[in-house]
Amino acid sequence: MAATATAPGAPTTRLGKQAVEIDDRLIVAGPLRRTLNKVFPDHWSFLLGEIALYSFIIALLSGTYLTFFFDPSLREVVYEGSYAPLRGVEMSAAYDSALNLSFDVRGGLFMRQVHHWAALMFVASIVVHLLRIFFTGAFRRPRETNWLIGVVMLVLALLMGVTGYTLPDDLLSGTGLRIISAIILSVPVIGTWAHWAVFGGEFVGELIIGRFYIAHVLIIPAILLALIAVHLLILVKQKHTQFPGPGRTEHNVVGNRLFPTFAAKATGLLFIVFGVIAALGGLVQINPVWLWGPYNPAQVSAASQPDWYILFLDGSTRIFPAWDINLPGDYTIPALFWPTVVVAGAMFTVLALYPMIERKLTGDTASHHLLQRPRDVPVRTSLGMMGLTFYGVLMLSGGNDVFADKFDVSLNAMIWFGRLGVIVLPPIAYVLTYRICLGLQKHDREVLEHGIETGVIRRLPHGEFIEVHQPLGPVDEHGHGILAYGGAPVPKKMNQIGGARRAIRGFFKPIEEPAQVELEQRAEGRGLAAEESRELTSSGRPSEGGRPSEGGRPQEPRD
Amino acid sequence: MSTHDTRPGSSGGADTPGPLHGGPDDDYTPEQLAAMPREDLDRLGARYDGVEVLHVDPGPEPGSRLEKRAVRQVGLVFTLAGLSAFAFVVVYVGSGWFFPDWQWDVTETGWSAFFTPLLGLTMGLALALVGVGLVLYTKKLLPHETAVQDKHDGSHFDRVTTGATLVGGLHNSGLARRKLITRSLGFMGGGLGLMLLMPLGGLINNPNTGNPLGRTSWAEGVRLVRNDGSPIRPGDQEPGSLETVFPAVPGGNRQSDAATMLIRLRPSQLAEARPREGQDDFGYGDYVAYSKICTHAGCPVSLYEQETSRILCPCHQSQFDVTQGAKPVFGPATRSLPQLPITVDDEGFFVARGDYPEAVGPTYWNRERI
Repeated sequence: MAATATAPGAPTTRLGKQAVEIDDRLIVAGPLRRTLNKVFPDHWSFLLGEIALYSFIIALLSGTYLTFFFDPSLREVVYEGSYAPLRGVEMSAAYDSALNLSFDVRGGLFMRQVHHWAALMFVASIVVHLLRIFFTGAFRRPRETNWLIGVVMLVLALLMGVTGYTLPDDLLSGTGLRIISAIILSVPVIGTWAHWAVFGGEFVGELIIGRFYIAHVLIIPAILLALIAVHLLILVKQKHTQFPGPGRTEHNVVGNRLFPTFAAKATGLLFIVFGVIAALGGLVQINPVWLWGPYNPAQVSAASQPDWYILFLDGSTRIFPAWDINLPGDYTIPALFWPTVVVAGAMFTVLALYPMIERKLTGDTASHHLLQRPRDVPVRTSLGMMGLTFYGVLMLSGGNDVFADKFDVSLNAMIWFGRLGVIVLPPIAYVLTYRICLGLQKHDREVLEHGIETGVIRRLPHGEFIEVHQPLGPVDEHGHGILAYGGAPVPKKMNQIGGARRAIRGFFKPIEEPAQVELEQRAEGRGLAAEESRELTSSGRPSEGGRPSEGGRPQEPRD
Repeated sequence: MSTHDTRPGSSGGADTPGPLHGGPDDDYTPEQLAAMPREDLDRLGARYDGVEVLHVDPGPEPGSRLEKRAVRQVGLVFTLAGLSAFAFVVVYVGSGWFFPDWQWDVTETGWSAFFTPLLGLTMGLALALVGVGLVLYTKKLLPHETAVQDKHDGSHFDRVTTGATLVGGLHNSGLARRKLITRSLGFMGGGLGLMLLMPLGGLINNPNTGNPLGRTSWAEGVRLVRNDGSPIRPGDQEPGSLETVFPAVPGGNRQSDAATMLIRLRPSQLAEARPREGQDDFGYGDYVAYSKICTHAGCPVSLYEQETSRILCPCHQSQFDVTQGAKPVFGPATRSLPQLPITVDDEGFFVARGDYPEAVGPTYWNRERI
């Protein structure tokens, strides 16, 4: 160690000396450099998982704040707080403390709403992140484990939502709890036993809020935290996937190093997510529990909907026909069992097993680090759209009473729409998506073969009109492009290949000379004249100053 | 890591410092490193980590108009973020001090109604602007570099040597030969696992003791009372109206299975009423009483549409026809709402003639058996 300290080039600044002191003790310079040098690919859709992570952090922080004031107890108390309409009303201590938190704690209402919004955002970003992973094929080997962990985390996030939603013990959440109780009761054979285990007896008992509370603030978050850690460790170990593009192969990652670019962008996103949720928490009212009143098993309000992520189960329950199954020996499988336990169970099982199912169907067991464009895998994309349509109809049916009311249609018609739609619409979505995928594929090939439509119409000497096409690369003797499709976006507009110079910078008035930009671009040799240049740019997006999209340039098939 | 240490292992018991940990210090002497400029050192380290910086778009020219403008922008955004943060502090601390009180009153539309929105606005702006500033900084002022890092498959060497260590340990333990130990280990593991699960047995209670799901507080002679505890006479209700009633027992209005709907049928409804078999005499005059707990998922069915005689459950839209013994006529519910047999006591108030003849609320596995 002494060798480092006395060697030439030993640090002379105070900071440098301290760094050496630290490294003498911990030997972290090597791992730290490796971390700083780690390359992350650059694409907006890779930020969706980050949004989920940041929302979770906010939910943890704001939730911890809420625990300082919340009393998870069903003990009967009389409300004496500052919200006049409920003063003197008997209610549970849980609801009482939720009201106090909202009205008698400075900034408490803000924090409670931030917590609720963060929770909604958490589930929403998980779902969108999952869709990105699904439609681009990022779950393929070697990332099946992370897919599985992700699906488990989604289920846990839903459980977080359900348990958290129940805690304030207002009329709406109590009604939700009543339905949860009925769902548990509906499980064949063990239903009543399971109910007695969860509730400690008949609905509602005294224990359930306390049990949901500890599940909500300790058990589930602890599991989630552990899974997030594993999820991220596997991600770092396996490195990120990337979209096909110039220089991108199955054996590398092209992008920015962690430090400083990626770190700055990720921190920026963190703050933006924090900011959006804080703004929502203050400006957009959510779950005003004081309006619902305390839970009373004899009362309910119309248009009672759960939070959006449970809406699909509410919908499936609403549209499922009244089919009790009576078994010999006077046993019954309640109709409620199918649209809740079975539908949810089947949906998440299929989702979790999808990577294995696809591997079985395609026989593709190779490792993949390059993503696929949804159009290039029409079957998967169509299956996904089919699933989304199924989910969408269920979700719509979850709010069918609101639709019936607002659009003045018959509620029964809405239910029949749901019943038929859930069966008829998914196959239609499959066929439509499949056709669209094929159409997009065809168009990609057409542009590669014939070039981009320039919009220039020319009249040939014999009177025929033709549209001039700009080939994307070298052509054969028939004038057909010889570039093959490489899985990357094909430019389809002249501007994407430098048909126009980039936009002049400046918002109200230009801050650079147009002539200067022209010269600069000519010097860089971009545009049509520089077809051969295969140099990499920081990103293929045309949005970056409107430069010609190198990322969109078709590539030779690789590997 | 792209390079592998090929040096022999530990130097044995020698009390001298071995080679330095990590990078290739043998290949680069401190003198050589000291002679290299910072950029080269950065690239060298990156290369050692399997990263090649391919292309750098330098940031704007120092001192150029472009740079000055970008610096001004970023600085402005950060300043605004700071201002918003201070505004949050002022709103939070100042309410009830130099601003009006923050505590909200239902009647009020002044400062207190804006307190929470202002908190959200200021904190949201502050945090979001920090983010926007960082993104602007990265986009406009940092050099854009494109780096490429290699991805490596697992090394065969590592697999074979790790495997040898693992299998070696297992082999030395002799577990494969020592059957008694493996078997006793299995036995032990099963036992311990089971033992540790046992305390969860505290959660298990028998749901069939005393048939709690099939019984309510209703019994012969129990009065039907309103939420406030007042009893009801036949004449108190208009024809076609519905009232929610509870058993006159302590806490009866908070019980989850006792809520009952007392409905007075209109003469036309009464004329076409077809009660369930064996329950013709459950009503009293033009009054009938049905459980308010939906037989589907247990929500209180509460929307009574007089014209169609239908009761709608707002949770899942099951619809019950009161003239047909509260039979489900649409939606997911499968069973009629149980009917409470009622009569009038000596003082002329409604009383129950007994408990519900069947379990109220959602269906479960052995409902028919108890």
